[in-house]
Amino acid sequence: MTTPTLAEKTKAAPQRRRGTLVRARRREAIALVMPSLIPILVLSVAPLVVALALAFTDARLVRNPDYEFVGLDNFGRLAGNSFFWDSLRIGLIWTVGVTVLQLAASMGLALLLNSGLRLQGLTRVLALVPWAMPPVVVAIMWQMIYSANGGPLNAFLGSLGLPDDTNWLGDFATALPAVILVGVWVGMPQTTVTLLAGLQQIPAELHEAASMDGAGAWRRFTAVTWPSLRPIVTSITSLNFIWNFNSFSLVYVLTEGGPGGRTMVPILFTYLEAFKNRNIGYAAAMGVVLVIVIVLLLAIYLRSQFRDDRTERRG
Amino acid sequence: MRALARPAQYAALLLYILFLGFPLLWLISASVKSSRELNSLTVSLLPQQWHWENYVEALSRQGLVHSAWNSLVVALVATAVVVVIALPASYVLARLRGKVRAAGVGWILVSQVFPVVLVILPLFLILRTIGLADSLAGLTLVHVTYMLPFALWMLQGYVSAIPVELEEAGAVDGASRVTVLRTIVFPLLAPGIAATAMFSFVSSWNEFFFALVLLQSPENYTLPITLKMFIGGEGKVALGPLAAGAVLAAVPSIVFFTLLRRRLTSGLMAGAVKG
Repeated sequence: MTTPTLAEKTKAAPQRRRGTLVRARRREAIALVMPSLIPILVLSVAPLVVALALAFTDARLVRNPDYEFVGLDNFGRLAGNSFFWDSLRIGLIWTVGVTVLQLAASMGLALLLNSGLRLQGLTRVLALVPWAMPPVVVAIMWQMIYSANGGPLNAFLGSLGLPDDTNWLGDFATALPAVILVGVWVGMPQTTVTLLAGLQQIPAELHEAASMDGAGAWRRFTAVTWPSLRPIVTSITSLNFIWNFNSFSLVYVLTEGGPGGRTMVPILFTYLEAFKNRNIGYAAAMGVVLVIVIVLLLAIYLRSQFRDDRTERRG
Repeated sequence: MRALARPAQYAALLLYILFLGFPLLWLISASVKSSRELNSLTVSLLPQQWHWENYVEALSRQGLVHSAWNSLVVALVATAVVVVIALPASYVLARLRGKVRAAGVGWILVSQVFPVVLVILPLFLILRTIGLADSLAGLTLVHVTYMLPFALWMLQGYVSAIPVELEEAGAVDGASRVTVLRTIVFPLLAPGIAATAMFSFVSSWNEFFFALVLLQSPENYTLPITLKMFIGGEGKVALGPLAAGAVLAAVPSIVFFTLLRRRLTSGLMAGAVKG
């Protein structure tokens, strides 16, 4: 380095002052973040690290736990546990089913709410009800709807001359679809609200220009609405996917995984392993596998979305 | 074709209204039916006889009111703690660019990926060691952690919506950072804080899983747990009171969400679009 010129020297002074300012601001920022950071570190990050460690032990949920490191044993056992893989398959049907139907139903509702119909106020309030309600109450409510005798669904089907004695939540064939429908009902509000906000940001001129070019409703949707909504659809679908995969309360109260394990989603399976069979080491290993599955599926989904994006832009 | 479009749209909208609203309507109807009518084979939405006694019976059942009180205490304390600790952090998240923000937003998203069942295992062990496993204090602590990411997300969206220029103007006038926050930022944030607080309250009031795992003694049960026990036990024969209890449990959540309506749309989107 050469000796600094006078001009450089005078520039250096305020820079040093800026340096202390930056440092002061950083200290301030740290002080502001601390109250949130400490509980996150102690009650969220640390437990996750412990949970990962538990997955490699034979820990049991007993008074005086005494556990040993068992390496990959839990994962080896898990690989041969067909009940777990069955429940993972059910969980994927549940997750994909709910997420896709949620998106379709919410898109329809958001488009309707964005097209200047009457009854909007009522619909918007109603559309929030499922989101607000405690999952336990949702489950109680739908158990009544699905009730085999005296349930309104069967009564309605009966009035149409269809079979009216289906035990929706108790029958092997109908239990999972019935539970999926409740999942769609619960998750629709959030998706609708998000999509509607996205729709309202699309400039009206785009639609006008498209109609002037003679585009019909469907063509306008595919050419204007869908491309503009794409980023929002991608983010809400990813979040829905995670939330649905990890949802527990609804299925637990509706069916407790029954009948005959037909609605045993993996979170429920893991819960039972941990708190009924008391094998928390083994359950932690299941939890870890679930995290890996969900991260992999998300990565595949997001990659395909970005690739589509790029090809679209190029084309 | 054009003339057909509107009626078709209305028909679709009515189907949506029916799908979204009917289950709640049915629950309310069941809550005012006598058990004789609930068990009869004639099915109708309007009760033949309004049987308000279900509500009296639900409220007089010991446990229900007590557990509602437990739920209220946990939700109020957890909400207060969450808002107080999330507010300063969300300000930093919204205003600072670069690594801090990326790490913060990254964590908020990552925290969603981990299933609660994995998180609860070590938490349960920790809480049991310090003697808080079967206690409302322990549950409150867990609720705070579980609600924090969402509160941070919502609040930082509201902070981002406040123009930085306002703060700079205050700073030029010689106000200190703390004064700027207190006199300019927080007053403008008040509606956002209220929305976040209501959302947090409802999340805690509704929460089921952590309460199920942590609370063992009936005197500590929160409302969702008491209702769940009710379904498994006498709820099969006492459908009317069960429905009445369920309606009462849902009322606070629905009221808050109706108040929140506008804010919910803008708040969540503020996060979603910019994130």
